[in-house]
Amino acid sequence: MATVAEPMLAHKHEPEENYLTCSSGFLSWAMTLDHKRIGVMYLFAVTASMLLGGVFALLVRIELLTPDKTLMDHNTYNHMFTLHGAVMVFLFIIPSIPAALGNFILPVMLGAKDVAFPRLNLASFYLWVAGAIFFLMAIAMGSLDTGWTFYTPYSSSVISGSQAGGIVAAVFGAFILGFSSIFTGLNFIVTVHTLRPPGMTWFRMPLFLWALYATSVIQLLATPVLGITLLLLILERTLGIGVFDPALGGDPVLFQHFFWFYSHPAVYIMILPAMGIISELIATFSRRHIFGYRFIAYSSIAIALLGFLVWGHHMFTSGQSPLATVIFSALTFTVSIPSAIKVFNWLATMYKGSISLATPMLYAQSFIFLFTIGGLTGLFLGTLAVDIHLHDTYFVVAHFHYVMMGGTLIAFLGGMYYWWPKITGKMYNELWGAIGCLMVFVGFNLTFFPQFMLGSQGMPRRYYTYLPHFQGYHVISTIGALVLGTGIGVALATLLWSLWTGRKAPANPWGGVTLEWTCSSPPPLANFEKTPTVGDPYDMEQVKWDAKTESWIPRPVSERTGNSASH
Amino acid sequence: MSTATADLAGGHAADGHGAHGHSADGHGADPHGHAHHPFHAHHFDSLEQQFDSGKLGTWLFLVTEILFFSGLFVAYVIYRTTHPEIFEWGHVHLNKYLGAINTAVLIFSSLTMAWAVRAAQLGQKKLLVTMLWITFACAGAFLVVKYFEYSHKFHLGLLPAGMFNPVMAEPVAGHDATGHGDAHAAGGHATGHAADSHDVIHGPPPPPGAGIFFSIYYAMTGLHAIHILGGMALIAWLAVRASKGHFGPTYFGPVDYVGLYWHLVDLIWIYLFPLLYLIH
Amino acid sequence: MSEHSSHSAASHEHGFAHPMPVPMLLAVFASLIFFTILTVVLNGAVPDFLELPVAMLIATIKALLVMLFFMHMVHDKLFNVFAFLSSVIFLGLFIISTLVDTGVNQPAIKEYRLTTPLVAPVQK
Repeated sequence: MATVAEPMLAHKHEPEENYLTCSSGFLSWAMTLDHKRIGVMYLFAVTASMLLGGVFALLVRIELLTPDKTLMDHNTYNHMFTLHGAVMVFLFIIPSIPAALGNFILPVMLGAKDVAFPRLNLASFYLWVAGAIFFLMAIAMGSLDTGWTFYTPYSSSVISGSQAGGIVAAVFGAFILGFSSIFTGLNFIVTVHTLRPPGMTWFRMPLFLWALYATSVIQLLATPVLGITLLLLILERTLGIGVFDPALGGDPVLFQHFFWFYSHPAVYIMILPAMGIISELIATFSRRHIFGYRFIAYSSIAIALLGFLVWGHHMFTSGQSPLATVIFSALTFTVSIPSAIKVFNWLATMYKGSISLATPMLYAQSFIFLFTIGGLTGLFLGTLAVDIHLHDTYFVVAHFHYVMMGGTLIAFLGGMYYWWPKITGKMYNELWGAIGCLMVFVGFNLTFFPQFMLGSQGMPRRYYTYLPHFQGYHVISTIGALVLGTGIGVALATLLWSLWTGRKAPANPWGGVTLEWTCSSPPPLANFEKTPTVGDPYDMEQVKWDAKTESWIPRPVSERTGNSASH
Repeated sequence: MSTATADLAGGHAADGHGAHGHSADGHGADPHGHAHHPFHAHHFDSLEQQFDSGKLGTWLFLVTEILFFSGLFVAYVIYRTTHPEIFEWGHVHLNKYLGAINTAVLIFSSLTMAWAVRAAQLGQKKLLVTMLWITFACAGAFLVVKYFEYSHKFHLGLLPAGMFNPVMAEPVAGHDATGHGDAHAAGGHATGHAADSHDVIHGPPPPPGAGIFFSIYYAMTGLHAIHILGGMALIAWLAVRASKGHFGPTYFGPVDYVGLYWHLVDLIWIYLFPLLYLIH
Repeated sequence: MSEHSSHSAASHEHGFAHPMPVPMLLAVFASLIFFTILTVVLNGAVPDFLELPVAMLIATIKALLVMLFFMHMVHDKLFNVFAFLSSVIFLGLFIISTLVDTGVNQPAIKEYRLTTPLVAPVQK
């Protein structure tokens, strides 16, 4: 009976219109409540921010080619690294995967028609836009040179004159972006709770959804604290409330507590969704059921919760009390356990898998390599004695770039390549995709590996100049940055090029078995023509390769062995 | 923040207007059998699912509100632990009777708000509208009292740390040295015991850093007052919708959500009142 | 989805409304006013070391009354209650962890204040 029905499914007619073609005109996008269009708008917005932040990064790297002035004076340099950090963190990394890819994918993967609050979703996007405008205003109003962390008392009372406006604008921008992030998280949590279709139990949710859920929990619990911190900083500058200003009796280290209470959990906002993408990519391109599904799911939640207990490790040298220092150091090591669980499970999934090295998988492999280095060097920094030496050196810079960029950005690119056919309905060029990935991987290591050497030899971060014997590493790092920049350019150009030249994407080009691959590419406005049936999200037996249509189609039940779900 | 509550509450409220730019009915069969309620958003299977989503969203929003205030509570605890003397000096300049009256006003507005939710659930349109406007009026009364408190303090120079410039009474010669100052302060800490004393501060001079008490006072009560203002806007919006007969037993979500928000504002004040006005 | 199917109170047709009885609302209101008067009266009447605990205890009782009845927690889903209370847990975490660190910097701040002339407040 089922075998009769399913060939019809395989040849099901394409819906006449999809979410891209159902309406047109500027307002149909600007006022859209469709999560897919909002996701696409985010995708453009955050990618543009990434390019802007990337330009600042390249200017910083080029300046560091020589110990003396190469391009700009030291004040401009201070502005450049601050803007690089602030733009990358607040405008790109935090919204990158959840708000852009998550917005598009989460409801489809869940089997829902939309997120729970479509209007709030659009409002979040416009809050992001407003925050970005304040950042641009800050640049226009004399820029800022506090570093992305806005530490007091420098940010509260030392800066004055022409830069005063810039800092208030930037802080207010970050404040608004925080609310954008909060409302996205709130929307996702409610969506996952209340819009799951029949059959979609918690443990049938793809791991990307677990990761987004864990991320949303952090966004909800931590970001309001950033909001009040930045509000107090603005009040400090405008009214002089003195809470963080030692001249008025306040405690500047208290600002660091406030700031890192948000910003440490925020690094898990950045990395958790990336881990979720990797879980999807590894399973799909290894043609194997994900190994240790529940461990990966629970480890996302564990990371989200443990992430709240370790913020003091940013303050080991800030005059924090010895007791707090020891506690925070010990707790820091606990975060490595769930992170390692994920890596082991990915490796175990690939073992004896039938691995195909499509571009998304190449990014996934890069992720595992880079994230492992980034994670392990984090242990050095969490160790008290070692951190005294390494704190505020290039070792730290290299460490968090390996995690943030080698982790999040790489996973973002991997996810973009993976879901690009679904989002746009076009297949990209595999060869150029692979070339872009290779350049990113090589360029990345060339840029940041020498920085471990620099840091361990004592080169402080954020310095405009350096001792002559550091120059060799700096030159390698700058060359790497140029390769990396070119690689990202190639990767993005390959995707854009596909819009004109790519062949039409089938519903399921990769053989994924999560729900987004059951609707057409691009999906229709309401995502599913009928409520989808939900099965095991990693049972690869559900689909088979069809050479005629060059896509994966549902495998008739009679052909399934039923053994593949071996977990 | 409060506008966000409007989005949350209005998110599904207005989706029925077809603002999606498409006809939701064009896609597949309507899975729910009963007649389409005008405020039933197309991506929910039932009004109950829609209500549950809104309710969970509202609770989560309240979580973010508490954590938003948390920074101020932490600042309070830190400075109260490290500098108890500035709180002892500062709190006597707050009028605890005005604070108590405001507490009662807010509690009463919570009662009328809870009653409004009940009226919405039972479809008692007239009662609902009345209760909402009473709540609105209470919120206004709260702000009026707050206005008098603030302006009195501005007048005395009791301002945030950076602008702190208290107008002290001319010290009587040898007054402080004999120790009478302390006794005087302990005895007369209500600010309004004599008409002329309104213009100046009596008692001992402020300890160093006393302005931080007022920084924290203004930050906490100011942020709270902004929430009151936001709540007033939301309640007015509800009252207008209620008078159009939008709410009834199957659709009362927005009243319930705004009610939760309003009770949270009350809840925060329940802690602010003793922390700022009462504790020595 | 799974939450509301397991919710047994939704027995009749559109049973997701739980109107609070008016007498209950009035009783809660009366208790709240009583506790407000109590806390004002007790202010200054109890020993100093008890002032804070007593005031916080009364405030917490009032808060519980508001949450349970005005905010309908008695009829709400367990997860909503859990979510709301988690904010208190994280508030506690924030306060306690920061408090552990309190006092370390105070001597340095005091010295800074004594040796540095008070700068004019930032006003722009």
